[in-house]
Amino acid sequence: MRKEELQQLPPEKFERITIDSSRAERITKPSLSFWQDAWLRLRKNKAAIVSMFVLLLLIIMALIGPYLNGHDGEQQILRHANLPPKIPGLEKMGIFDGVGQLGGEKVNLYEMKKVDEYYWFGTDGLGRDLFTRLWEGTRISLLIAFVAAAIDVVIGVLYGGISGYFGGRVDDIMQRIVEILIGIPTLIIVILMLMIMEAGLTAIIIAISITGWIGMSRIVRAQILKYKGQEFVLASRTLGAGDKRIIGKHLLPNIMGIIIINTMFTIPTAIFFEAFLSFIGLGLQPPAASLGTLINDGFKVMEHQPYFLLFPAVVISVLMIAFNLIGDGLRDALDPKMKD
Amino acid sequence: MEKILQVKDLELSFHTFAGEVKAIRGVSFDLNKGETLAIVGESGSGKSVTTKSIMRLLPESSSEFKNGEILFNGNDLTKLSDSQMQKIRGKEISMIFQDPMTSLNPTMPIGKQVMEPILKHQKVSKAKAKEVCVDLLRMVGIPNPETRIKMYPHQFSGGQRQRIVIAIALACNPKILIADEPTTALDVTIQAQILELMKDIQKKVDTSIIFITHDLGVVANVADRVAVMYGGRIVEVGTVDEIFYNPQHPYTWGLLSSMPSMDLAEEKLYAIPGTPPDLLNPPVGDAFALRSEYALQIDMEQAPPMFKVSDTHYAATWLLHPNAPQVDPPKTIIERMKTFRGSRYYEQATGGDA
Amino acid sequence: MVKYIGKRLIYMFLTMFLIATATFFLMQTLPGSPIASYNKLNQTQRAIVEKKYGIDKPKPVQYAIYMKNLAKGDLGTSFVFKGKSVNDLLASRVKPSFILGAQAMVFGTIIGILLGMLAALKQNTIWDYGSTFLAILGVSIPSFVFAALLQYWVATQWHLLPVGLWNDGWKSSILPSIALAMGPLALSARFIRTEMIEVLGSDYITLAKAKGANGFEIAFKHALRNALIPLVTVLGPVAAGIVTGSLVVEQIFAIPGIGEQFVSSIMTNDFATIMGTTLFFSALLIIIIFIVDLLYGIIDPRIRLSGGKG
Repeated sequence: MRKEELQQLPPEKFERITIDSSRAERITKPSLSFWQDAWLRLRKNKAAIVSMFVLLLLIIMALIGPYLNGHDGEQQILRHANLPPKIPGLEKMGIFDGVGQLGGEKVNLYEMKKVDEYYWFGTDGLGRDLFTRLWEGTRISLLIAFVAAAIDVVIGVLYGGISGYFGGRVDDIMQRIVEILIGIPTLIIVILMLMIMEAGLTAIIIAISITGWIGMSRIVRAQILKYKGQEFVLASRTLGAGDKRIIGKHLLPNIMGIIIINTMFTIPTAIFFEAFLSFIGLGLQPPAASLGTLINDGFKVMEHQPYFLLFPAVVISVLMIAFNLIGDGLRDALDPKMKD
Repeated sequence: MEKILQVKDLELSFHTFAGEVKAIRGVSFDLNKGETLAIVGESGSGKSVTTKSIMRLLPESSSEFKNGEILFNGNDLTKLSDSQMQKIRGKEISMIFQDPMTSLNPTMPIGKQVMEPILKHQKVSKAKAKEVCVDLLRMVGIPNPETRIKMYPHQFSGGQRQRIVIAIALACNPKILIADEPTTALDVTIQAQILELMKDIQKKVDTSIIFITHDLGVVANVADRVAVMYGGRIVEVGTVDEIFYNPQHPYTWGLLSSMPSMDLAEEKLYAIPGTPPDLLNPPVGDAFALRSEYALQIDMEQAPPMFKVSDTHYAATWLLHPNAPQVDPPKTIIERMKTFRGSRYYEQATGGDA
Repeated sequence: MVKYIGKRLIYMFLTMFLIATATFFLMQTLPGSPIASYNKLNQTQRAIVEKKYGIDKPKPVQYAIYMKNLAKGDLGTSFVFKGKSVNDLLASRVKPSFILGAQAMVFGTIIGILLGMLAALKQNTIWDYGSTFLAILGVSIPSFVFAALLQYWVATQWHLLPVGLWNDGWKSSILPSIALAMGPLALSARFIRTEMIEVLGSDYITLAKAKGANGFEIAFKHALRNALIPLVTVLGPVAAGIVTGSLVVEQIFAIPGIGEQFVSSIMTNDFATIMGTTLFFSALLIIIIFIVDLLYGIIDPRIRLSGGKG
């Protein structure tokens, strides 16, 4: 601004005004609760949001998929064995048209075997519909993972919570036990447990849960120890709050985030272990299907019927990726340390 | 006096998720050879950002120079390439940071950290660099430097670590030393030692210092000139005496009034009401007006230019405009002004000097 | 430090003892006789065999003998491979497993570190997204799925490398090593990225910049070492992952290693071999974790000089 302009400013502009000092202190942003804030941050994470939709889709398919094409996953029609995928509509585009290898040559196996039905993802060596089996297997794998994760959370939170909250002798003894248990490789104990139990769903869940809770219990204990000594807990205790109130009102809400994050990473680990065990032959026994057994069956015929392996491999990979991305997203959203 | 650094109309913004934060909104100042310029202001006033932008230490991905220039040795620092800038950093301009506990690399022996800028900027042998390093450490007051250069930062106390950081900054005899709140994280007794050390060193090596602080006591102790920053702008600049005994900006009044004093038996320590402006949406006009009891109508409409008080003293407040009403500063400020020759309260002096 | 090591050694010993005991008694409750394959034998022959393997004695006596032998390092005699000791069996199969494991570990962590650094230094660019995506794939896709797909495309379809077995020199080890390396690669890439970002935001990096250090010096001289030190802590889980992976990957590529033998001994109820291999794996992992902890103390000057964390 030049000098002349400065001189020309009208005098009435220079009247004194009083400013309500509360105006200067008003808070412009709406206040958000911890969970609202976390949700806002999670919503910005595209990978996590997409993963949620993908996961939702897979769960829906696991629930309704087996009933979609009218085939029964356990019905064996030997005449229909080893058929490649054939999907109406897509067949004209040269893919999923029922053409497979036979003795090194490409032939339309559906025409050759005179099958009029469509097997969207093909059939296995016993003539079972792979589309139906795939979603049945996904359902079983998810069931195992969710139940195992739930058990881990319950035992882990209780064990870690009791150990951390009561401290002293209780904590000492409980932690000595954990220190020995944590030295045992998970793999070893899972395999040993499966060998002595009768194969099946329960056996796998127990085997996976038997050491799974240790990680959760250590995290919960560390968190409880951290918050237990903080001023707001002491203040509440000074005001006469009992254990129940302190745990329920002060400790649990603070460690909820980390429990959720850890659970999100427990689920894919459980999915992996189920598939791993089924793959080395220790998991579910036929005719039950899980992603692991399907991959194991598919691997055996990989050279000539790669789709048999491909579909369950894709589903398990997508499931694992989705869970890991959601877990990452939740960690970024819930862990205030990473706040930007 | 020779101007060693000139900052002109500097404007800088950060790009954040919430939008553009205008952290510096037109800052101009000069640094003379051999002087200590203190920049004071509350958190978020832009004082650290200003000095970090001189060193170009702000993250390039999120910060942007919008306007202005930083002239050093005839070069505009805002336009230099990264490798040109690397030749200036640590050699011509160096910096001391706030927290000595975190500003040294925990996994590198301190000798190596002090020698790094020497080996980088001067063509000397390792043995010679080590010699220089030992001398530097002795100069900043580290006992037995010969043996201690092999030690790691965690083996030193906070005060000693700050001495090491100072040694690193002085390694190449820089022309400008920027000290970003170098005593804030230290105990009061250590603070005094570090300040003494810095004054000592300035005498010995004749470097110019930019001293950032929010502690006016420290300012009075070390500075030749003072720039007061508020809301990304310099609101008042002058010599130490001018700022302390003839302040013109209501914000400077507020700062000085909120300083505890032994002489004045005030019942209650003054506190500036309100909070600093949100630089995401900086206010129109004078950013301080909302918190000032001396606000004028025009403060809400137009930002005040720098009014000249004396050859060395400028302030950005409409109160200095000839059309502005005469206002009385707070009582404590009047007490201060009474002792300043040339202020309107000195021996019934009439009118302002504007 | 000595006290810490002593304490850790006691825990390691306790854990091993517990695993050995648990393994022994779990084996006893297993369905199916250990000598199921000797079914064709008559009563007397069977008694001779049982006597030979020491399973005619009462359980506590068997346990005592087993533990005594174990203390001497003797893992017993295989039930399936007649007359062969488990020690010999393991020794003959250690080499392929070791080569695969070591290659996977070295290859995986080095590439992982580089990817993680790249992602951190070029944060929020295509490099970052690319390597983060790769790391997510690595942690998510099970090693056996990855191994099977590699085998199908690279070996069966493109004929670039051997489909399996251990008879084509180094070439045979490439695919299984890659399959095993994916886990360590992904884990270290993610870990280093997070650590590097934290380190790069720290004050001493700003000070290093203020000294005039260039991008390369910042990344390698100042940041990398500080980001690498905590990586040592995940080497334990990484090793466990490689052992787990080796069971399936060796199976898929038909590699005569310990993992493959473990799986087949489970299939054939070869109790002595199962027990022996279990103990071998446990000891291996426990020792690796112990070494890793010691290593952490050695390379971090803050821990080294303050005398251990125990």
